[in-house]
Amino acid sequence: MSHEKVETNVGLLAILVILVISIGGLVEIVPLFFLKETTEPVKGLKPYTALQLEGRDVYIREGCYLCHSQMIRPFRAETERYGHYSVAGEFVYDHPFQWGSKRTGPDLARVGGRYSDDWHRVHLTNPRLVVPESNMPGFPWLEENKLTGESTPDKLKAMRTLGVPYTDEDIAGATAAVKDKTEMDAIIAYLQVLGTSIKAGR
Amino acid sequence: MSGNWSLYIIILTVVNILGCFWIIRWTAKKKTAEEAKQGDTTGHTWDGDLQEFNNPLPRWWLWLFYITIVFAGIYLALYPGLGDYAGKWEWDQESQYKQEMAAADKKYGPLYAAYAEKPIEQLAKDKKAMASGQRLFLNYCATCHGSDAGGAIGFPNLSDKDWLYGGSGDQIKTSILDGRVGAMPALGAGLTPERLDAITAYVLKLSGREADAKQVEVGKAVYSELACFACHGQDGKGNATNGFPNLTDNVWLYGGSPGQIKETLQKGRMGNMPAHREFLGEQKAHLLAAYVYSLSN
Repeated sequence: MSHEKVETNVGLLAILVILVISIGGLVEIVPLFFLKETTEPVKGLKPYTALQLEGRDVYIREGCYLCHSQMIRPFRAETERYGHYSVAGEFVYDHPFQWGSKRTGPDLARVGGRYSDDWHRVHLTNPRLVVPESNMPGFPWLEENKLTGESTPDKLKAMRTLGVPYTDEDIAGATAAVKDKTEMDAIIAYLQVLGTSIKAGR
Repeated sequence: MSGNWSLYIIILTVVNILGCFWIIRWTAKKKTAEEAKQGDTTGHTWDGDLQEFNNPLPRWWLWLFYITIVFAGIYLALYPGLGDYAGKWEWDQESQYKQEMAAADKKYGPLYAAYAEKPIEQLAKDKKAMASGQRLFLNYCATCHGSDAGGAIGFPNLSDKDWLYGGSGDQIKTSILDGRVGAMPALGAGLTPERLDAITAYVLKLSGREADAKQVEVGKAVYSELACFACHGQDGKGNATNGFPNLTDNVWLYGGSPGQIKETLQKGRMGNMPAHREFLGEQKAHLLAAYVYSLSN
């Protein structure tokens, strides 16, 4: 076979190109779908409650991940500030994970319990009321928007098909658990559980 | 990692590297008679005068390619990359992290240990310690209490002399380590608008401000009736051991305007200083307490 054969045959060229560029993924990504370290939850990890899951959806809708990561790397500079570095087993119930890629704001992987609910309420409404230097936008409508809980059971079901161990009772009670709560309640519930399955400080 | 996945990774990685080597060798060789000699045109012409020559790859480029292959070989021998093989240097990110922490502990550990032995009130006078304390404060505390420690509505000002839970070094340290929870119950249901106005007037009067004398009189009765004295005391001076606010000074955690006082009465307030024992540890809390103490002393 001469390279002329490859150059003049688009189909063959395409197949060979795909083969070459997929090697990296085949080696570095595919095994992670099957390894214990990445597929088993850390001890004490609980699936998000219905309210926390709704809060997570608010988090995604508002694009929080664009400025906040949820991934503490194993460097002293990060663990001193944020706490214990993140491990894969903490994210097995996250579909999709919210690791993010950019930190305009601080990392949120262990923000749970770090501040009071009231702080979050004030801060999300207008961050400058508590942090004058902040350039985070305010999200005042979260306090006004009420959850109906209509689609909450479906969300839990979707998560269950992805492997999150929700029980039938969880799904049956999902609507009642979030009905008439505000989006603010939901996102605070979500933020307050982030990273709390690993107890140790830095 | 199970043996199968390890093998899968090793095979793909090795085959990939060898494959790259083979491809570069293969394309560099002349194989068939019909192929053009090096330096000649291949006979392909585009746009009338664009010809393709069969020129050899630049030598420097070719050598770079070989160098990357050699680099890969050395890298995979020293570092983990081939499945379960840990590499000659047995590097992993966890032990690198532990080394980094151990090095920092060695450097800063004695410093913190020396600080921890000094009483907080004395440490607060140590300029060097306070420079470190400020860094810690900006990192861990400023988010709620402000970078100038001036606080915000609902988040106490730490730079004044007014303390909910006491301002001695040890009391501040306890607040940092174990947190504080303050609860003002919501009285909305038990208050008609008139009674709310009256008790607001009484609270304003307590802090030495102008209020309608008649309303103050009614408000005083409501104050007793609702047992406000149980926390704030008969004289409204509160109780620092339990964090019950003094109403007679003019310091207001949730704002001192009549509207804000009414809101506090109606809806109640939940103060919550999170505990930092686990996250910060004893020594950092000690230094932070000294810094906070130094702000008002």
